[in-house]
Amino acid sequence: MLAPPRIWWKPLDRLERSWLTIAFVWCIFLTAMMPIWFFLGRQNVPATTYRVSPEEYQQRVADFIEQYQVGTEKGVPVVAPPPGDVFLLARQWQWYPILQLKKGQTYRLHVSSIDIQHGFSIQPLNLNFMVLPGYDYVITLTPTQSGEFSLVCNEYCGIAHHLMVSKLIVTD
Amino acid sequence: MAAEAIPWSEEKAVFRTCPVTGLKVDLAAERLIIANAVAAVVFLLIGGIFALLLALTRWQVIHLLPPDWFYRILTAHGIDMLVAWIVFFEIAGLYFGGAVMLNARLVRPSLAWLAFALMIVGSVLINVIVLMGKADVMFTAYVPLKAHPVFYLGYILFAVGALLALGLFFATIVVAKAEKRYEGSLPLVVYGLVTAAIIAAYTLLSGALALVPAFFWSLGLLPNYDPGFYRNLFWSFGHPAQQINLAAMVAIWYALAAITTGATPLNEKLSRFAFILYILFINLGSAHHLLVDPGPGFAWKVTNTSYAMYLAVLGSMIHAFSVPAAMEVALRRQGYRRGLLEWLRKAPWREPGFSALVISIVIFGWIGGVTGVTIGTEQINMLAHNTLRVPGHFHATVVAGTTLAFMGLTYYLIPLIFRRELKLKRWATWQPYIFGLGMALVSIGFIAAGIQGVARRHWDITFAQAPFPATIPGTVHLALAVLGIGALIAVVGGAMFLIIVLVSVFTGKRQEARGLLLVVTPSSPPEPSTSAEEGEEGLRPKGTFVLVLAFLTFFAAYYLSNWWLLGRTWFVR
Ligand code: HEM
Ligand SMILES: [Cu+2]
Ligand SMILES: [Cu+2]
Repeated sequence: MLAPPRIWWKPLDRLERSWLTIAFVWCIFLTAMMPIWFFLGRQNVPATTYRVSPEEYQQRVADFIEQYQVGTEKGVPVVAPPPGDVFLLARQWQWYPILQLKKGQTYRLHVSSIDIQHGFSIQPLNLNFMVLPGYDYVITLTPTQSGEFSLVCNEYCGIAHHLMVSKLIVTD
Repeated sequence: MAAEAIPWSEEKAVFRTCPVTGLKVDLAAERLIIANAVAAVVFLLIGGIFALLLALTRWQVIHLLPPDWFYRILTAHGIDMLVAWIVFFEIAGLYFGGAVMLNARLVRPSLAWLAFALMIVGSVLINVIVLMGKADVMFTAYVPLKAHPVFYLGYILFAVGALLALGLFFATIVVAKAEKRYEGSLPLVVYGLVTAAIIAAYTLLSGALALVPAFFWSLGLLPNYDPGFYRNLFWSFGHPAQQINLAAMVAIWYALAAITTGATPLNEKLSRFAFILYILFINLGSAHHLLVDPGPGFAWKVTNTSYAMYLAVLGSMIHAFSVPAAMEVALRRQGYRRGLLEWLRKAPWREPGFSALVISIVIFGWIGGVTGVTIGTEQINMLAHNTLRVPGHFHATVVAGTTLAFMGLTYYLIPLIFRRELKLKRWATWQPYIFGLGMALVSIGFIAAGIQGVARRHWDITFAQAPFPATIPGTVHLALAVLGIGALIAVVGGAMFLIIVLVSVFTGKRQEARGLLLVVTPSSPPEPSTSAEEGEEGLRPKGTFVLVLAFLTFFAAYYLSNWWLLGRTWFVR
């Protein structure tokens, strides 16, 4: 509270020095973990992004659906594409189309929005990414489990945000 | 440089002398501190009522509000708490630190009143437009989700007011030095506040950079506003804003430690170095919010999210040691030297400033700090982004940490600045515990639900009216019930605080402060027992050292278990 004595530049106590060292080593470890995982881990944040206009993206999704549609559920096309590029579109308040993937196969899952920001969240797996208009985000994804997953929107996107849910099917 | 060379020194300030501290208090500064503190508390009241409504909605069994009001109130809660309550209080704190603690006068009180008016107008405008339903956009207002222009205008007026207040704070310190109101270096508490103010200056500038274009865009004068660019600018404002709270909170930790235990910083060099780490690295943290965004690459995300090399975390870990260690040494000096922790058992636990300080440190560090570093790890963020783990983290930091520290300090401002007797002293003794317990449960409930994937800012996770079903495990309901019950307890604690303050300010006897402590009477120090360690060795902070090692062990366990969780999920790149 009070002004320190004129000379406050004094050496550290032994305990202070020990804690400072331990804390610093811990910080280096925290830093190192991310590059280590980047090279050795199998779960890394996707970095591939392209610019795309909403109209263009909508067209790509339409072409994609035309090519691989296998059915419809509640008015939303169900699409079973081969491994490679697959497309998902977000808009108020729908994910479009429903994707049917195969366990163990690798997909380049493109996501983009044609209106405002949305949040891509696979549940109960709990894997989450942002979806922005104008950005085509490429998530290179390999499902390691099969089943039906929910695709939730977890970025507030207007009054019916809590209705924006779809499913992601993974077959064996 | 002679004082006369500064034109401001012509102003006439009227001082009184505080009978307890001997400080000379500029009456103009005192009035401004009172105004800002009262505004802060009023917004805390409003935001607190909103908090209750929100928690009772997220507690799925009760599910109180309809969706439109849930999102509306959520927007208002975020702004009234995070922006209005916190910043008004910080401005009061800056005037206290800049003028009162330095025996100095506040320069240009008239401009300080203008700043106050701008901030009031700004926050009232935002509240009105949000409650009218014209800005259901959350406090983040992510472009291209559009709010009414008045919403952005309110933000901008508030920011301009706050910037003006900051400028006056800096000028006050410079003038105080020039007029030789204090000797030597700045006291550590003021130094911490200067840190907060420096961070605040560039934070508010980023805020202007983000929100001024948004204002023009909402008026239709700017055709396009890139959403990724906005997010980056917004968080260059939103994240460092949290670090202002951090720096201000730590400064107040040092102050409360001094007031309640007579602690003096053990090593000014180390503590000041930690504050400098904040200034240098903390603004990089805005990347925490962009970790799973399209656009930036690995190197950018990792460099920024780790504050270069977790150097700002290092700053916090230094304070986490220095503050308790200073108290330990002070209490050991008073004679409590037995074993590792006698000082802690015999500490003034009934003194609200002390319990508020300890609970603030514990919840801030053990819950807020640990979860923050963990979910801010680039890859782990994929498991946490936009889930309830995020509000779980920041209710531990900015509510249990910062808000509780501010509450603790407020009790001491009542006799010292408001010059009223503190009423309801027994309530004051209990209040930090009740609020702290409630907030701990709120944070834990949020985090437990978030780990299971429950989204934040979401009205109905059962998806009852949605086209596709989503099943949620029963443990989620349990977590949300913990949140709801914690919220009820915390709201009681918050209400007690407001009642104590209002009753004291309006009905407390008008009197000069008699002593620093409010509840505990400074006891006669115990007889230093003969078995206790004597001399310098008995005065070293060994207990604190053991406590911080326990903290680090918990930190490591939580952090590493999250990597383990990540390793079990699908492959993604
Ligand atoms: C009794 C105390 C409090 C309770 C029970 C409480 C409860 C809540 C709840 C239930 C939410 C909604 C979470 C969601 O659905 O995403 C929330 C959000 C939030 N709270 Fe609090 N809160 C309290 C105090 C505070 C304080 C004091 C602050 C700031 C200093 C604060 C800052 C925020 C912020 C920034 C949000 C996020 C708003 C958003 O997502 O846009 N809260 N709070
Ligand atoms: Cu959405
Ligand atoms: Cu949404």
